[in-house]
Amino acid sequence: MNALPVNWRLWIGACTLTAIALVALGAPWLAPHDPWALLGPPLAPPGGEFALGTDLLGRDLLSGLIHGARVSLLIGLASTVCALAIGITLGAVAGYFGGLADRVVVRFTEFFQVIPAFLFAILLVAIMRPGLRSVIVAVALVTWPPVARLVRSEFLTLRSREFVEAARALGLGHGQIILREILPNALPPVIAVGSLMVATAILTESSLSFLGLADPNLISWGYIIGSSRSVFRDAWWLSVLPGLCLFVTVLSISLLADGLGDSRNPLLRSRRGLSP
Amino acid sequence: MTAAAPLLDIRGLTVELPPGGDRRHAIEDLWLRVESGRTLCVVGESGSGKSLAAAAIVRLMPSPRLRISGGQVLLDGRDTLAMGMSELLAVRGGRVGYVFQDPLSCLNPLERIGRQVREVLDRHGWAGDRAARVNRLLADVGLPQPGQIVHKYPWQLSGGQRQRVMIAMALAADPALLIADEPTAALDVTTQAQILRLLREQQAQRGLGLLLITHDFGVVAEMADEVAVLKDGRLVEHGDRAQVLGRPREAYTRRLLAAVPPLLARAARTGGQPLLQATGLRKTWAATGPWWRRGAPTPAVAGVDLRVDRGETVAVVGESGSGKSTLARLLARLTQADGGKASLQGIAEDYLSMPARQLGPLRRAVQMVFQDPFASLNPRHTVGHSVAMGPIACGTPRDQALREARELLERVRVDPRAADRYPSEFSGGQRQRIVIARALAMRARLLIADEPVSALDVSVQAEILDLLEEIQQRDGVGMVFITHDLRVAARMADRIMVMNRGEIVESGNAAAVLAAPAHPYTRELLLAVPRMEGASGCAPPHDTATGGA
Repeated sequence: MNALPVNWRLWIGACTLTAIALVALGAPWLAPHDPWALLGPPLAPPGGEFALGTDLLGRDLLSGLIHGARVSLLIGLASTVCALAIGITLGAVAGYFGGLADRVVVRFTEFFQVIPAFLFAILLVAIMRPGLRSVIVAVALVTWPPVARLVRSEFLTLRSREFVEAARALGLGHGQIILREILPNALPPVIAVGSLMVATAILTESSLSFLGLADPNLISWGYIIGSSRSVFRDAWWLSVLPGLCLFVTVLSISLLADGLGDSRNPLLRSRRGLSP
Repeated sequence: MTAAAPLLDIRGLTVELPPGGDRRHAIEDLWLRVESGRTLCVVGESGSGKSLAAAAIVRLMPSPRLRISGGQVLLDGRDTLAMGMSELLAVRGGRVGYVFQDPLSCLNPLERIGRQVREVLDRHGWAGDRAARVNRLLADVGLPQPGQIVHKYPWQLSGGQRQRVMIAMALAADPALLIADEPTAALDVTTQAQILRLLREQQAQRGLGLLLITHDFGVVAEMADEVAVLKDGRLVEHGDRAQVLGRPREAYTRRLLAAVPPLLARAARTGGQPLLQATGLRKTWAATGPWWRRGAPTPAVAGVDLRVDRGETVAVVGESGSGKSTLARLLARLTQADGGKASLQGIAEDYLSMPARQLGPLRRAVQMVFQDPFASLNPRHTVGHSVAMGPIACGTPRDQALREARELLERVRVDPRAADRYPSEFSGGQRQRIVIARALAMRARLLIADEPVSALDVSVQAEILDLLEEIQQRDGVGMVFITHDLRVAARMADRIMVMNRGEIVESGNAAAVLAAPAHPYTRELLLAVPRMEGASGCAPPHDTATGGA
């Protein structure tokens, strides 16, 4: 992947993700059928009357995938953005100010980390009310701690770097130093982790919907995988095709994030030749 | 040496750079010889290919993209470039010992010293009592109580001790050739003198051929029989020490020699009005570790008084750990002092105790220049923005600040059109200029320079020192100049303060301190500076040339 030039990665990622997003937005018009309609024989293989086959109840898989993109993308992106916002804020405060702030944040983070993440998510959804919003909130609340720890450690090393000291000596305020000086240098590993969190979020949603805790009126890739798990040996396409969708989505997000990170990195941008 | 083949004979060595670089060859057609019992010093600035040449002898290339494309390296008459891998591995550490610059990163932090030295013996199948040999080696390199040292880890030793361990490892398998790549560049001047003495002793005892890579002409003057000067991968000049240092043929060599500041104070300027007055500065670092084995707190700065006048330079010299950098940070209020007072004329009566939110005027008036030009600029900001950042934070409109930044870049002689580029595109010297421009942008009245030139090549160093001096004279800025290098201190300072273990042991006019040091520690420091008198660039005209050593 590193062999590809930066811009290639950026463009491939951006184009694929845009395509997926367009499909998700245009689902009602693009999908050949209603994803919930019982239309044909159950477990029809791909290539017949239904392009990608049907599921246990004879519902069209292609329509399911197209409609599922909406929920999966929305949950994946929204919960990741929330988790990054919480994690970066807390991690930056802890790492930059240190001392009491650091101790409080680290204890708080540990409090979240000692509870098994999935159980905690189930609990949160059950307390709130199963639905799209509660799933997003629950997934965000269980995934932010690693981000906070990562950002904290980046800030700990960066805050004593000389350019940060120089910024202090120039009289810059804490907010400016955190946002303008340190954060841009701390972001690359966070972006890498964030792109993988999207995948985790989509999968967590699938587990929740498998347990019937997601919004019962919305179809998602996770829901399709979950509901067809038991017939994997008879109908591989029901698990493999949504899985592939998930894979392509995560890969394109990862490429986009990588490309974005690198294109904003002047160290790579200016690398022309090797100086001895 | 007679007609017998020399120990090492490099014949037309050429190393190619990957395509797309600024030059085609890292090393081009290099011819050098080292005889047993003799020392060849290879000098050059960074990027001259001197380290690479040493590495290429045993084919320790730092990157697979560098390709040896021609020439021969004859060791005892056999070409190492044509050797098979197993034969080459026997040569590395066997016939050829290698000492690197940074002893900390070259020793495995997780293994005890004894095992690391012994590993060399195991690797080369040393016959005899290996444990005794390890102890013997450690004693040879002057480590006290080798029986205890073998059980220690690298981090439990000082920098000088670690370098001694590295030398013991290099000598372990009785090599005929010792290659030392900047062996003292990371060490204090007194430690450097000890290590150089050790190398000379071992060379005399064992009849070693010594290939010494260095950027420091002081080291050359102390050590070399012959000197080779490298520039951009080419051999510029080659001759014996007296000739190269005393009567250099090439303009490049003369320029390098002239850039080494002499150890003579320049005329002190008459004092201006007092600018900074600090009394009783104290800072103690709290002890770390769990309570049951916490050491005593370390006093880094223990009651320092300091005065700087307008347009005056006060050099604070001392070895690493003397507290001089902490002092700099206290004065810039980057570190909170434990005690003492500091007043900056016209700005603040006692700025050490001022609340942080009132520090605005002080921040503008006091600026720092740091040691590492690669760490002191934010890699994510364009240099124009880095320079303009301070004024913008103080309320100057953005456009105006950026325009002024370009003017300042021009003043420090960086192409103002480069304001939109990122720090990674500049060399170390250029970056240090940019850092100085950043300090100027704030119209600083006191400049605190913490080892501003110790990471730079000697010719670049001279340019930066000139620039600092020029700016100081034009703007009447007071400067606190922290350095470990007495030559640089002599070049810059009106007054010199010698710091040791957090205290000022001697202070006075630069000329007086250098000519007639009163404190034993100052004398020790001065004695440890490698002599260069006799070199053409350095000697005062009336001084008798005394040669090296």
